[in-house]
Amino acid sequence: MTMELLVASAIAVLTAAGVYLVLRGRTFPVVLGLAFLSYAINLFLFAMGRLVIDRPPIYDKAAEAYTDPLPQALVLTAIVIAFGMTAFVVVLALRTFLETGVDHVDGHEDAEDAS
Amino acid sequence: MTPAISLLVAAAVVLPAVMGAASLLLLRHRLDTSRLVSLGSCLTLVGIAAALVIHASGGTTESYALGNWRAPFGIVLVLDRLSAMMLLLTAALATAVMTYAVATGMDRKGWHFHPLFQFQLLGLNGAFLTGDLFNLFVFFEVLLIASYGLMLHGQGPQRLKAGVKYVVINLVGSTLFLVGVGLLYGVTGTLNMADLAVRVAAAPVGDQGLIAASALVLTVVFALKAALAPLHFWLPGTYSATTGAVAALFAIMTKVGAYAIIRTGTLIFGAEAGAAAFVAGPWMLPAAIATTFIGFIGLFAARGLRDMAAWSVVGSMGVLLSAVAVFTAEAMGPALYYMLHSTLAGAALFLVADLIAKRRGVHVDALTHAPRFCQAGVLSGLFFLAAIGIVGLPPLSGFVGKLLILDGVREAPAAAWIWGSILITTLIGVLAFARAGSRLFWKSSELEGEIPTRVLRGRVVGVGAAAALVAALGLLAVFGGPVTAYTEATATQLFAPQGYVEAVLGKNAGGRR
Repeated sequence: MTMELLVASAIAVLTAAGVYLVLRGRTFPVVLGLAFLSYAINLFLFAMGRLVIDRPPIYDKAAEAYTDPLPQALVLTAIVIAFGMTAFVVVLALRTFLETGVDHVDGHEDAEDAS
Repeated sequence: MTPAISLLVAAAVVLPAVMGAASLLLLRHRLDTSRLVSLGSCLTLVGIAAALVIHASGGTTESYALGNWRAPFGIVLVLDRLSAMMLLLTAALATAVMTYAVATGMDRKGWHFHPLFQFQLLGLNGAFLTGDLFNLFVFFEVLLIASYGLMLHGQGPQRLKAGVKYVVINLVGSTLFLVGVGLLYGVTGTLNMADLAVRVAAAPVGDQGLIAASALVLTVVFALKAALAPLHFWLPGTYSATTGAVAALFAIMTKVGAYAIIRTGTLIFGAEAGAAAFVAGPWMLPAAIATTFIGFIGLFAARGLRDMAAWSVVGSMGVLLSAVAVFTAEAMGPALYYMLHSTLAGAALFLVADLIAKRRGVHVDALTHAPRFCQAGVLSGLFFLAAIGIVGLPPLSGFVGKLLILDGVREAPAAAWIWGSILITTLIGVLAFARAGSRLFWKSSELEGEIPTRVLRGRVVGVGAAAALVAALGLLAVFGGPVTAYTEATATQLFAPQGYVEAVLGKNAGGRR
């Protein structure tokens, strides 16, 4: 029970942090928010195969029960895609900042920045 | 499944993948050769898709097990009427757009246009063919990653600004996609769409709430791609900031969202799905009607032709999705016909806008008075026809499509709303395009002089590519009989998912748990 609660709250905290950061105005927090969201989703996908301790994912003669291997494969795919996309979005944000001089997602300068 | 057909189904995915990789690795510095390879690949895909459409029109559903791993454990590619139709639409559009890009030389404005284009086709074809939900996610990522590159092709500050928004919103969408997929897997223990259909239908009452939740989460993701209000804000900025050829290709991107809604909505969350049966419909319908209004009213807010084309894509998605959201076979057939039409019409308008923008010097595509430009006669004619097409006036296919939709939704409870929205927005669209056309061509013709233009590449072929798309609208109307017969048969097939399930899992699949 405690483990379920722990995993569920970890997903909740990561998601909340991710959503908050994605809604920020500057590109850097947004990139961090996307990373947090993808961590949350990876944990979520992992938990969708049910939380099982000390069981092998693939065939083992001595094993009595197994953990679901498929979510682990899905998480692996999701990690690779999220990693690649984070790298891309960092380069894109940097390039946009260098070319436009603004690091706001909507492309407009803050009033306080301008002054 | 005969070997020839399985070869063709696999080739629709493998060919663009191989061509993309080849032109990236081997032909980096040989523009002429990679142009030939790209065009050849597009034309071959047209041939493959046409053969598949002819085969699928017989009514059989074919399933191809990748690596010969049996479904539901392996990933399958599934060919039915809907996927064959989407393949043909994609290939035809891609050929026109690629011809335009090569003729106008926009493919040399940046690196890797041809590989990105092929990878885009790979993602699109894969998404239309796959029979596995997680594989659909992967193909969505492939087409999105390629689209990021294409969207930014040629760069420039304006494009980069719009690009950041486009990329970020789609990444959030991908995250949500995984939430929906994860929920569904957690409840049913499978990701194969046919197997999902069986298991969702057999799910205990206690699980149906979760299944309905995942259906709605997935619909939100697909609605984001389909630019359904209130998730449409990214589209006008993105489409009007990118190059004309890429925007024309992106006319199919919103339809991928619509396709995914139709596929999951009829197969997995269809009539058998208990609490999740057509659960997205009542939510989508008001949003789609709002999208219709927002899109066509947005035409008046547009400052340039490219903005107008982008807003009209939003509006036509509203019309399409309000027919889809009814979720009956009578409305789905017309919706599919309108999907064919609106893709080609939107793309034609983007190409015409790009052609005009290139010829007006500093005025670009802004709706201002400016002296005559070269080829103004031909282009005003093309603009007139494309506008007629997208608004839905006779004699082009937009009129036929809208009429069929009006007829198809007659029985629906919300028929009055759909009728009202389509009829009123058609009038709004006519006014907006008449205003734009009279400013650009009619009143401008009184001004003295002519805008001098640089030597233009592809004067004939570029205009020809746009004209071919407009001509396709005419052909859709002329051959309305056979086309609507096909789309109606497609709709019937979609609402009888048993055939799909049996093709993937074998006979007696319905009784299996």
